Amino acid sequence: MKEGYEVVYKRPKTLLDKRMHYCPGCFHATIHKLLMEIVEEMGIQEKTVGVCPVGCSVFAYDYMDIDMQEAAHGRAAAVATAIKRMLPDRYVFSYQGDGDLAAIGTAETIHACNRGEKFTFIFINNGIYGMTGGQMAPTTLEGQKTTTSPYGRNVQKLGMPLKMAEMVSQLAGVAYAERVSCNTPANTRKAKKALKKAFEIQGKGLGTTFIEVASNCPSGWKCTPVESLDWLKNKVYPYFPLGVFKDVPAVKEEV
Amino acid sequence: MLVEMIFSGFGGQGVLSMGKLLAYAAMKEGKEVSWMPSYGPEMRGGTANCIVNISDEPISSPVVTAYDVVVALNLPSLRKFEPRVKKGGILIWESSTIKQPPTRDDIKTYAVPAVDMASNDLKNVKVMNMLILGALVKAMAVVKTDSLLLALKETLPPRHHNLIPLNQQAIELGMAQVK
Amino acid sequence: MGEIKFMKGNEALAEAAIRSGLQGYFGYPITPQSEVVEYLAMQEPNHNYVLIQAESEVASVNMVYGAAAAGARVMTTTSSPGFSLMQEGVSYIACAELPCVFANIVRGGPGLGTIQASQGDYFQAVKGGGHGDYHLIVLAPNSVQEMVDHCRLAFELADKYRNPVMLLSDGSIGQMMEKVVLPEPIPYKPDKPWATTGKTPDRKRNIITSLYIQSEDMEKKNQTIQAKYQEITKNEIRYEKYRVDDAEIIISAFGLTSRICKKVVDLAREEGIKMGLFRPITVWPFPTDQFAEFAAQDRVKFFLSAEMNAGQMVEDIRLSVNGKKPVYFYGRQGGIVPTPEEILNAAKGHLK
Repeated sequence: MKEGYEVVYKRPKTLLDKRMHYCPGCFHATIHKLLMEIVEEMGIQEKTVGVCPVGCSVFAYDYMDIDMQEAAHGRAAAVATAIKRMLPDRYVFSYQGDGDLAAIGTAETIHACNRGEKFTFIFINNGIYGMTGGQMAPTTLEGQKTTTSPYGRNVQKLGMPLKMAEMVSQLAGVAYAERVSCNTPANTRKAKKALKKAFEIQGKGLGTTFIEVASNCPSGWKCTPVESLDWLKNKVYPYFPLGVFKDVPAVKEEV
Repeated sequence: MLVEMIFSGFGGQGVLSMGKLLAYAAMKEGKEVSWMPSYGPEMRGGTANCIVNISDEPISSPVVTAYDVVVALNLPSLRKFEPRVKKGGILIWESSTIKQPPTRDDIKTYAVPAVDMASNDLKNVKVMNMLILGALVKAMAVVKTDSLLLALKETLPPRHHNLIPLNQQAIELGMAQVK
Repeated sequence: MGEIKFMKGNEALAEAAIRSGLQGYFGYPITPQSEVVEYLAMQEPNHNYVLIQAESEVASVNMVYGAAAAGARVMTTTSSPGFSLMQEGVSYIACAELPCVFANIVRGGPGLGTIQASQGDYFQAVKGGGHGDYHLIVLAPNSVQEMVDHCRLAFELADKYRNPVMLLSDGSIGQMMEKVVLPEPIPYKPDKPWATTGKTPDRKRNIITSLYIQSEDMEKKNQTIQAKYQEITKNEIRYEKYRVDDAEIIISAFGLTSRICKKVVDLAREEGIKMGLFRPITVWPFPTDQFAEFAAQDRVKFFLSAEMNAGQMVEDIRLSVNGKKPVYFYGRQGGIVPTPEEILNAAKGHLK
């Protein structure tokens, strides 16, 4: 490093130096980096096992320098359950999209949370099926157009978007549930804090930890990355509010 | 020698457990045994049966359709299995509840009023099946009485060992029914 | 000599798994298989295995995937409709080459069917069952003792080849009680450097996946597992012969039916009919060459396959015999177990 210079930004060693396949402006890359920063900062690379879903992040294992498993569509929670039960001193996370976690894998999600499986869900909710070309997700907003809801999501026919963080916070097994986003540097820092807190709670074995990221999909939403941030602010956050829905450790500390 | 048997009756009459006890006793005597229950959706009072094979040789087929011994504790079972007793075989039936006796004359039949005797003489209708089992081992010495008692001791949970004398009484009472 | 017990097939299977060093069991109750889960639940306090009654068979099989990929010795058991539900996961496990054991305590189908014993899942077991080109090693036990023996063998074969192994049993064997000699418990020390246990500085990260999105990579993956299947076929074919040396009729059956057919052979011999039984123990890999050898012998007049289905293994026998001799079939369905007499009559019907 040059004298007189200070490093203010670097790639964590746990994140491989590879060109990612994610579209420009997508939060996946940001969240990958936050996650790997946490693994590096906590010094838990040797003790971390991740589970990738089917969806855009199916290749997450190409970027993270940790042991990982690729799960069948929707089954990451079952896979992560078994890993954590077999290796209880490891840090285990599932990294899932909305189709994976909240449509095809809803049963696995709910039951893992209800059993209080001590791993961390990282739920990337961008309200659309990105990888397969922009079909409707269980979290697609009312009236939002997708390739399978070309006239906008009709909630009379298709129901309202599922609020997963709120839902799982009702389950006794869940120790921590928060919804975060990465639309601003401040929110990105908050997201990292939430992820780290989830990992710390997992380390203490207090229950399931669930971090939902209100994410974006400029390609699927047919807009620019900047416009996607506006959509988040104007449309997504009002329905999917950011914040902590459950914090059992904090409650315990107050008592 | 291979002995092929079926125990049949209502669920709750101890049909499956008497077959199991007999097979266990035979195993303790060094015999080859198989016990195959009928199974269906769980229902109290439904029909139940089990096929028990006891042999000196390894048992080829655990599934049998003609029997050396049939035990029938209710009318539907008697109707169903009486025709399947091998010629010269044995049929033991519960005669205080079944009012229509068997009709074949090419088999040996034994009427045992086990329900009445268990409730009147032993004051416990539950040991009715042991009475029948006593009659069976008297009619055909498939196992020794001692082996049955050993089987009771080894298969009953210790908290029920106080019931062994009653079961022994029932077996003996059953044996006395077969002349 | 191990411990002698009087046990149900399902319980014996569970006990054998424990004694083979079971580390994880994930399953869902279904008749006529539930005693496996019940037995493991009852024994759980005395052992160190992980036991989860999952929310579905779909979850069970994916828990098996996760635990096997984490290096553990794992098993799930189910019955026919449950195994249909698991097929997606089985295909993933086969491609990711994860050692694990499945047992299908088969009941009559299709559909919800009946809970009585059947052999109607033969095709599903030996031809793949899920999507893509893959095979399980499939053992077909015919007694409570073999539920025990095959269970341990299944774990060993699974580890040896990094391949899922299946016990193709049925409701009768699961439910019936027989004398069984239990093996001594063995401690299990996995040697699985490929497992995802956490990346240590001395190695690259381990990835367990069945995704090879480039066609060239996927073809290579297929070639690798096909080569493995050839190796398994070379080494692991198992079968049993009974009175075949001078047999003019070769009767063939697997699982429970093979025991009934032993009696058929004895009955036939009493009548002076020269019949013998050839019983595949591994139904995949299938003893193709052995059938071909019988077909090549002049004295052998025909084959008869007796099955509790509409005629499934008979197709593999026909492929093996390759038209050299007639191959007949006799079967019962819907949970009916055929009697020795009806099978014998079927065989006699072809004696012209």
